[in-house]
Amino acid sequence: MAQRFVMAIDQGTTSTRCILFDQNARLVAVAQREHRQYHPRPGWVEQDAVEIWRNVDRIMPQALRQAGIVAEHVVALGITNQRETFVLWDRHTGVPVGRAIVWEDIRTEELVASLEKQPGIEEVRERCGLPLATYFSAPSLRWMLDNVAGLRSRAERGDVLFGTMDTWLIWNLTGGVNGGLHVTDVTNASRTMLMNLGTRQWDPMLLEFFGVPAAMLPEIRPSTEISGRTTRVVPGISITAALGDQHAALFGQTCFEKGSIKGTYGTGGFLLMNTGNELVRSKHGLLTTIGYQIGGEPAYALEGSIAVAGSLVQWFRDNLGLIHSAPEIETLARTVKDNGGCYIVPAFSGLFAPHWLAQARGLVVGLTSYINKGHLARAVLEATGWQTREVVDAMNADLGAPTPVLKVDGGMTADHLLMQFIADVLDIPVMRPLVAETVSLGAAYAAGLAAGFWPDLEGLRRNWHLAARWNPSMDLQHRENEYANWKRAVELTFAWARSTPS
Amino acid sequence: MLRLLARGSGHHGLTEIADSLGLARGTAHGILRTLQRVEFVEQDPATGRYRLGAALLHLGTSYLDANELRSRSINWADTLAARSGQEVRIGMHHDGAVLVVHHVFRPDDSVQTLGIGAMLPLHATALGKVLLAYDPDLSAAARRRELTSLTRRTITRTQALERVLTEVRGQGWAGEAEEYMPGEASIAAPIRIPGGLVVGAIGISGAVDRLCEPSGRPRATLVRQVLQAAESVTGALVEES
Repeated sequence: MAQRFVMAIDQGTTSTRCILFDQNARLVAVAQREHRQYHPRPGWVEQDAVEIWRNVDRIMPQALRQAGIVAEHVVALGITNQRETFVLWDRHTGVPVGRAIVWEDIRTEELVASLEKQPGIEEVRERCGLPLATYFSAPSLRWMLDNVAGLRSRAERGDVLFGTMDTWLIWNLTGGVNGGLHVTDVTNASRTMLMNLGTRQWDPMLLEFFGVPAAMLPEIRPSTEISGRTTRVVPGISITAALGDQHAALFGQTCFEKGSIKGTYGTGGFLLMNTGNELVRSKHGLLTTIGYQIGGEPAYALEGSIAVAGSLVQWFRDNLGLIHSAPEIETLARTVKDNGGCYIVPAFSGLFAPHWLAQARGLVVGLTSYINKGHLARAVLEATGWQTREVVDAMNADLGAPTPVLKVDGGMTADHLLMQFIADVLDIPVMRPLVAETVSLGAAYAAGLAAGFWPDLEGLRRNWHLAARWNPSMDLQHRENEYANWKRAVELTFAWARSTPS
Repeated sequence: MLRLLARGSGHHGLTEIADSLGLARGTAHGILRTLQRVEFVEQDPATGRYRLGAALLHLGTSYLDANELRSRSINWADTLAARSGQEVRIGMHHDGAVLVVHHVFRPDDSVQTLGIGAMLPLHATALGKVLLAYDPDLSAAARRRELTSLTRRTITRTQALERVLTEVRGQGWAGEAEEYMPGEASIAAPIRIPGGLVVGAIGISGAVDRLCEPSGRPRATLVRQVLQAAESVTGALVEES
C-alpha cells in the first residue's frame, strides 16, 4: 500500500497553516500564509474571513505539492482554529457580514459591564463554565446583532449564519452555498458562552440571555464526528475532526491523564489541564471547558489563558523597535544577568486568568537610571513565566494535587531562556516534544483516530518523544522574592484600573 | 560574498572566495567584477586579492542572530531527529569553538541533558569541520594553533586537517568517527544565508555503529537526511530575508 498521510489545517490568529503528517506523526510538509489584522478603532481587532478562506485555497495544494502527493493519499483532514473568533455570513451568497471579530477585541467592554448586572448572571457561569468577558464569542455576537441594521431579523430567519473559524472553513470546504455543512465541534462551541457544558448543546437560557437566535447556530458534534467531505479546493478529502487550537494542543501533547497540563506559547499563552470525566468548577479563577470529545464521553479541562505572551515580544519589536526580530529578545535579555528590579505586567486588554480584570492596564515598574533595554527584555520574558506560575498555582489548588511536569509547545519554545525561566519559577521540569507543531498534530491525531489511521490513544502516546527538557535550578528564596515582587506589580495594575475614571 | 570579505582578514583570493561560498570559480569571478565596478570590492594590485571597497564602508555588517537561527530551524531539526533517530545539534562559530545554539534529544526517551550553550572543539567534531571548511580565516587560525588530541583518532596534524577540509568542501558535508569521544560519531552539513555564506552547521551524533558502516564510512541515508535538513534550514533563512 502506498504511504498515507493526515492533513491538518491550523487557522491561527495571525496565519493559516496546512501541515501533513505521516503515520509516525512526523511532519512532512508545511505551507503557511499570514492574514491582515484590522484595528479600525482602539480595542477593535478584526480579520477578513474571505482572505483567510483564500489562504486555505492556496496552502492546501501547496502542502500536497511539497510532499509530492495527491488527495487520494490523504486519509483524513482535521481542522483546528483560533477560538472565539467568529464570522457571520449570508447563507445564500457566502458573503460575510462585516469582518470576523477576533478574540482579542474589547469593543464589548461596556456591554459586558451591563450584562454583568443582569439577573441570571450566576446561572450563565454555571451553565457555560465561563466568566462573562469580552474574550468569548457571545458578547461580540450580541454586539453585531445590536449594531448591524436588519441583521437580527435575517439571523432569526436563518439567512445569516454564525460560525467560529472551524465552522466557516468546513462550510466553505464542503460546498459553501451548494450544500456546505454548518457544523462545529464541542470544544469550539464551549468557548462561545452559548453551550451548556453538561448537555453539550446550545442552551436556551444562554441564547435568551445573550439574545442570540438559534436559527443562525451550527450543529454541535463531538470532536471526531465532523463527517464532511471536501468538494472545493482539493475535492475528495474526508474532514473527520475539528478542535479549538488549545484543545488540539492538549490532544497533540497526549495529555490524556487526569491532572496532566500543557502550555502553548504563541501570541498568547494557554494552559490546559485535563480533569478527566469530572467537570471541575474552578474556585481560583480558571475556566471550565471541554478538553476534547472522542466518541460518547467528553474529557473536561481547566483552562488558564494568558492574554499577552508572544505579543509582548512583538510589541517590544514593533512598537519600541528595540529588536529586529522576535527571537532577538533572548539575545538582548542575555546581555544582562537579571531583571535589575524591573517588571512588566502586560495587561494590554485587561488581565485574564486567574484575575479576570478587564479594566486593568499594563505597566512597567521598578525603573531606575540603571535599567537598560536588556533588563526590559528580561522583564518581557519573565512576564510570561510569572503568569504561567499564577495559572499553574490555581490549577494545582483546584485539583488538590501538584502537577509533576509541564509539557510545552508553540513558537516561543524556541526561546531557551524563557523555557528555563518557566522551569525555574514553577520548580518542575518543562518538557518539549519532538513535534513543536502540537496544535496541528492534535488536529491530525483526532482526524486520524476518527479515520482508523491510528488505532487508539495508546498508539498516539507512543508517538510522543521528548526533544528537550529544562530542569529547575533557581534558588528557593530567590524564586519566592521574585514572585512576591511580581504579585505586587500585578496589584498595582488593579489600583491603576480603579483610579481610571469610567 | 561581501559578508565573507567583511569578516576576518578581509583579503581573499579568487579560489578561496569561490570555495567558501560553494560557487564555481567563473561565477565567483563574474560577481567580483560586478562588485568591483560599483566599488563595493577592490582588488589589491600587488597580490591580486580582493577586499571590501570604499563604497561599502558606510554599510553595516549584519550577522545572523543565534536565537534567530534556532527559532527558524526548530522544525527542521526536529524532523531530522525523528528521521535519523539520533540527537541533533546546530552550531555556530564562537571564540575559536563550536557554540551549540540548538539541541534536540535522541528520540528514544532516555535520560539526556540539554546541551544548548556548550562549546565543542572545531577540529574534532563534524559541526566544527563544516565551520572550518567554509571559513578561510577560521581555518587559518586553526592551522596556527595546536590541535588538541582528545582520542587516539583526533586529527592533530594541520596538513591532515587541511586535506579533510578540502574533502568537506568537495562533498558538502563533514563526518567524524571517534575523533571527539570514543564510541561516538557525528555527521554535519552547512547552513547558509542568502548569498551562500555559511553561518552555521546542523548535524547528528550518536553511537559509531549506528552512524557508520562497518568500514567506518558514515551511512549514506543519514548523510542524505543531514543534507536535506541543512537545505531546509537554509531555505527557511532565504524565505524571510
